[in-house]
Amino acid sequence: MTVDQTLEDLSNVLFSVSVGLYSLAVVAFCAQLAFGRRPAAARELVGAGAPAEPALSAAPAEPITVRRYGIAAMALTILGALTHAGVLLFRGLATDRLPWGNMYEFATGVVLVAVVAFVVLAVRRPALRHLGVFVLAPVVLAMVGIGLFLYAEAGPLVAALRSSWLAVHVSTAIMGFGIFFVSGIASVLYLLRLRHDARVAAGTAAEGTLLGRLPGAAAIDRVAHRTAVFGFPIWTFAVIAGAIWAESAWGRFWGWDPKETWAFIAWVVYAAYLHARTTAGWRGKPAAWVNVVGLGVMIFNLLYVNMVSTGLHSYAGVE
Amino acid sequence: MTVTAPPREAAAPPPRPAPPSAGRRAATLLLRWWRRLTAMRTAIILLFLLALAAIPGSLLPQRSLSQTNVARYFADHPDLAPVLDRLYLFDVFSSPWFAAVYLLLFVSLVGCVLPRALEHARALRRPPPPAPRNLLRLPDAARLDSPLEGPAALDAVEEELRGKRYRVVRRGGGADDELSAEKGYAKEAGNLLFHLSLVALLVALAGGKLWGYEGSILVTEGQGFCNAFQQYDTYSAGPLVEGGDLTPLCVDLEDFRAEYEDDLTASSFRADISYGGPGEDGRPETIGVNDPLRVDGARVYLTGHGYAPRFTVATPGGTTLTDVSAPFLPTNQSTMASEGALKLPDLGADAESQLALQGFFAPTGVIRGGILTSVDPRPLEPRVAIIAYQGYLGLDTGRPQSVYAIDTEQIARGALEEVGSANLAVGETLTLPDGTAITFTGYSQFAALQLSHDPGQGWVLGAAIAILVGLLAMLLLRRERVFARVGPAADGAGTVLTVGSLTRGGGEGTERFAGLTDDLRAALAARAPARPTPPPGGADPDPEVPTP
Ligand code: HEM
Repeated sequence: MTVDQTLEDLSNVLFSVSVGLYSLAVVAFCAQLAFGRRPAAARELVGAGAPAEPALSAAPAEPITVRRYGIAAMALTILGALTHAGVLLFRGLATDRLPWGNMYEFATGVVLVAVVAFVVLAVRRPALRHLGVFVLAPVVLAMVGIGLFLYAEAGPLVAALRSSWLAVHVSTAIMGFGIFFVSGIASVLYLLRLRHDARVAAGTAAEGTLLGRLPGAAAIDRVAHRTAVFGFPIWTFAVIAGAIWAESAWGRFWGWDPKETWAFIAWVVYAAYLHARTTAGWRGKPAAWVNVVGLGVMIFNLLYVNMVSTGLHSYAGVE
Repeated sequence: MTVTAPPREAAAPPPRPAPPSAGRRAATLLLRWWRRLTAMRTAIILLFLLALAAIPGSLLPQRSLSQTNVARYFADHPDLAPVLDRLYLFDVFSSPWFAAVYLLLFVSLVGCVLPRALEHARALRRPPPPAPRNLLRLPDAARLDSPLEGPAALDAVEEELRGKRYRVVRRGGGADDELSAEKGYAKEAGNLLFHLSLVALLVALAGGKLWGYEGSILVTEGQGFCNAFQQYDTYSAGPLVEGGDLTPLCVDLEDFRAEYEDDLTASSFRADISYGGPGEDGRPETIGVNDPLRVDGARVYLTGHGYAPRFTVATPGGTTLTDVSAPFLPTNQSTMASEGALKLPDLGADAESQLALQGFFAPTGVIRGGILTSVDPRPLEPRVAIIAYQGYLGLDTGRPQSVYAIDTEQIARGALEEVGSANLAVGETLTLPDGTAITFTGYSQFAALQLSHDPGQGWVLGAAIAILVGLLAMLLLRRERVFARVGPAADGAGTVLTVGSLTRGGGEGTERFAGLTDDLRAALAARAPARPTPPPGGADPDPEVPTP
């Protein structure tokens, strides 16, 4: 089997194009926020009588230029997601296999899922577009990091990875991770927004900052919870599929290999998050922190376990 | 410094009831602890403890994963390691404190979930609860007008809700003016299934550990093994496994093949084996990575491979050993450079004239500056570098020694003496000072095979699937209650229907409720007599539906 160099080069070019498009999207989202009307003010106009989902349902009439920034930002994001999908598509075509054989490909896939998850949310609930900067900026950072530190030449898969479970286990792991990524960012924003609100209430912060233009804290928290609820069964499935694969590849379905251990830790932390959300004394801030810890665990599992420790998953590492 | 509390006696003591008996007090205390243990708050803390407890298991070397790494850690940290060892930090996942955390968590879980299960079972047999007094106070509520009589309007609502798979009861005594409906019992059932399946998973895991075993062995082409503990190089077995319980199975390795891509990435490892009960004719089978042999609850895996160089040794005394070999362990997986030792204790006349070769094998060897290195994992140009020792190997001293290396103690002690060394290609010979000729005649391949038996495995899979099903039901379904009440319209003509709903789980409750009220409006309109004005905001009356 040979690697098609043209396709690999095309994939690499698309990677840069995606980073460029996402960066432009960040700028446009910034402009939308910066020139946008404060949703806080809009909410006061709507009135205290309807506390249900003020920032979400009220699509306050924004000035037309601001709307244009918002639309441009979404268009750039979607375009970026398309070229981003192209990165993986042409990688796969170049090597004639699924494009998740190493960390570069895996991480690129995770970020793509995160972007797609955000796009789906923002299309269904336009008010969530205000979160765009805070999703796309980490996305750009992650992409740059992946390009600089995780890049691996396209190559064939090692024997152990040649199994149909690669498609099942790794695809779902990528999906779960990407969705948790969005969830974690929402929880971070929720915590920032709460602090901002507290400062505004105390009179130590002005209302008009970027944070003040986000949807209300409760709405952001709901996004965090819904995405986590969506991601958790996917992650559960990914772990089970991994165990089934390990049974045929490594001779046991679970052996506390470092990667398995951290997948377990992440699972337990997300279970704790879901419980915390329904437990008095844990709702709100503490629960959001648990979600942030969960994302930290996922990232640690990707970076530390692949690059520093050694285990059966080590072939997923960088070259 | 001490702070003295104000004297308590100063406050007038409340009149005390008779002190409860010691038994009662203990029972109250126990009950209080039980409540605390089974509270959700405790469950969250225990979940965190479980996550924290797993961390050292991934940061420190674990015996269950690699004895060698633990030994190396002991060598590198001679002061710290024994302390860590006393805390079970090299056996985290079988340590008492790890077990304590998950057992407490599972006790908490059972204590929390079983009462809910009973409650759920009762709820299944109970009709939906009566409607709250003021329906318009519910999170989602609406008023619908209908020209129908009250009972007829409720009939329409009931039929519509039953069509949506709600359980419906009518209440309001003779007046028949109230309706409660509920659906989504499966959400609660999912919750129970999920949590109880976690317990089942733990039990199945424990069973597998108690009755399971695993043995590993290196088998050179043309050789084989039978499933017995004394045959394995290493094995581990659960405490309830008896030697006689082992699946009667013998496996012979006929042929091993490794294939590589152009860039030398290994693309496949295949072992042709034959297997069967002891004394039976073997059945042929090919196993490989991701493709084990499964037979009678035993699984045979191909977990590694390597080369075993072959030598023919001829002594001047006339003894000749033809094609003796020993597996050399790969020290580099990408070039398959390998190291090992061939020990020949019975070659000479006595225990003082034993022979051993310590060697390095390169499947494709290149000699640079007198040093042999391997450049390719495929056996294109096999070469060995050997050092020959004569003397006493010390195999019967009772001190354990590795099969893959010569005991350096024996060399240091002078019992073994280096008598020659050479880089050999196939067919070349090293002649020792005493005239012994050692010829490198070629190589065989060996496969690392592992036989595993885990009777809990199928149960674990079943529990895992149940966990997933329960989780999906719990997270995706919603528990919905709908209430409706009818009353006369203000102008006396027709009925005012108030509808309210309570939803647990899922999002978009408001949208869904809007959809429901639209459907109810349409249903009411469909039953209304032909002449009335169209209901506000509702769909047109459907002429296909017969009016009652
Ligand atoms: C191994 C330990 C446990 C795991 C992994 C686990 C996991 C979960 C998950 C993922 C959920 C879904 C949360 C949601 O509905 O959003 C859940 C719900 C729930 N868990 Fe657990 N759980 C565990 C132990 C416990 C314990 C010890 C209790 C009781 C103290 C408990 C009580 C509940 C209850 C009552 C719910 C339903 C919450 C609701 O419907 O809002 N769980 N559990």
